[in-house]
Amino acid sequence: MGESPAISPFVILLASIFTSNMVLANFLGMCSFISVSSEFKTASGLGKAVTLVMVFTTMINWLVYRFIVLPLGLEYLRYIIFIMVIAATVQIIEMAMDRYLPELHMKLGIFLPLITVNCSILGISLFMVIRNYNLLQSLFFGIGSGLGWWLAISALAAIREKMAKSRLPKGLDGPAITFITTGIMALAFVGFSGIFVIQ
Amino acid sequence: MSISATVISVSLISTALAVLVVLADRIFNNYGECEIDINNGTRKFKVDGGSTLLATLASQQIFIPSACGGKATCGLCKVRMAGDAGVVLPTEEPYLTEDEKANGVRLACQLKVKQDMQLHIPEELFSVKEYKARVEKITQLTHDIKEFRFTLLGPKQIEFRAGQYMQIETRPYDNVREIVTRAYSMASLPSDNQAIELIVRLVPGGICTTFMHDHVKEGDTLILRGPFGDFYLHEGADELLFIAGGSGLAPVKSIIFDVLEKGLDKKMTLFFGAVTKKDLYYVDLFQQLADKHENFNYVPALSGPEPEDNWQGETGLITEVMKRHVADPHNKQAYLCGSPGMINACVKVLEGIGLREDSIFYDKF
Repeated sequence: MGESPAISPFVILLASIFTSNMVLANFLGMCSFISVSSEFKTASGLGKAVTLVMVFTTMINWLVYRFIVLPLGLEYLRYIIFIMVIAATVQIIEMAMDRYLPELHMKLGIFLPLITVNCSILGISLFMVIRNYNLLQSLFFGIGSGLGWWLAISALAAIREKMAKSRLPKGLDGPAITFITTGIMALAFVGFSGIFVIQ
Repeated sequence: MSISATVISVSLISTALAVLVVLADRIFNNYGECEIDINNGTRKFKVDGGSTLLATLASQQIFIPSACGGKATCGLCKVRMAGDAGVVLPTEEPYLTEDEKANGVRLACQLKVKQDMQLHIPEELFSVKEYKARVEKITQLTHDIKEFRFTLLGPKQIEFRAGQYMQIETRPYDNVREIVTRAYSMASLPSDNQAIELIVRLVPGGICTTFMHDHVKEGDTLILRGPFGDFYLHEGADELLFIAGGSGLAPVKSIIFDVLEKGLDKKMTLFFGAVTKKDLYYVDLFQQLADKHENFNYVPALSGPEPEDNWQGETGLITEVMKRHVADPHNKQAYLCGSPGMINACVKVLEGIGLREDSIFYDKF
């Protein structure tokens, strides 16, 4: 692993929420973003679950990468290793949650299996190693990306709930207008660019 | 790097992860011993918690009806919980009415056993068992109806009431990868207790009927569960009207033969509705029965006979034919089995004649 960049973890946190938002700047995790955003309550639940899983998987993947993948020279396998680690982590989180936090499991439980295949989860693990973040930076990157994803899907769901009552041109209803809305939201988020920069 | 190193690394890592998941399952999913109390102590047993209630009950040889295999898509496996069983899960919501929720009804396939539980299930489910059965004989009854005769391999005997049904579990075939369970009424007699006969009509696109018609061969072994259902002979009348369509003849056949075998003093009439002659089956069987027994009448009716059928019998919809034969509602019960459309129409006509709601029994499919 090379030298970690000299960016404050706090900047990484804010940047991954606003300027480098997982959905609105990187367009990752689009499938669930589009399909589970018709209701605010559900969307927000999914957002929370994504945040939780992102924090856990970045931490575990960072440790796996640093202490297993790098020493063994398996960098070229990182995609498949990250995916497997994510799948296993989500399963274990779900079991532990069901046991110790049944209330939370009731609310987030049905989203957890969905999240395994959310590409933004894999995305941040890959970004984190490409950008040589250290453990603390990765933690804040995970928290920020999760919060950013949550913010984006909640905002979209709120817009879609309002829009459900408006009359749309035929053919635009459904995914089409959702994509257009996402695009406009992304444009709005461009307004944040330059405040914080991470690459 | 060589391919073998890659394969070995990936295998090792996935094995390690699998071990971790299994360990986590052992630790987190271990809810210790839980006591399940069914119907206020009728059955009480201790189980290891952690599985769904449906699977836990099945492990104790108690089979709750379920058609989807525990995926919360059929909504059949309802049980009534007596104690506190936690909040209704989002996956159960669509299948429970407000009344059911207030009464503690839950889907057994979604509810996990994490503590001692008290629940209520219908008594008759205690006699439901899982049977391994070998297909002994397949008979083509009409162009789209087949009769399957099974020999029970284990348990070797079944106890049921004429008119009840069994569930068949399919195996994956062709592009259909899921396993489904579907219900079929028994056409055989309770006295013929080492075998089961089912009648299956091919429904275009039907997962189970296609499986039964095109993929099950004589000699195959299938899993059956049962008996289920409350479509059987009820007390209270001396004259019985049976109205059947399509494969609905199965339970009706079982009840009629059972009554005759037991020598019950009942007057019986069987109306069987079909479109053309090629949709009729068991004609000789029932004709002979009618010739032999004075108290049994057989009325097959065609709604649209082809000219080449040379049909001499009754014509018209089964409802009209029935109206012509039944005038007096006194001391009569009606047993209906067929499509929902046919049953709804018949119930209307029977009520018009004056039969009381509680003397009309039906099995819709």
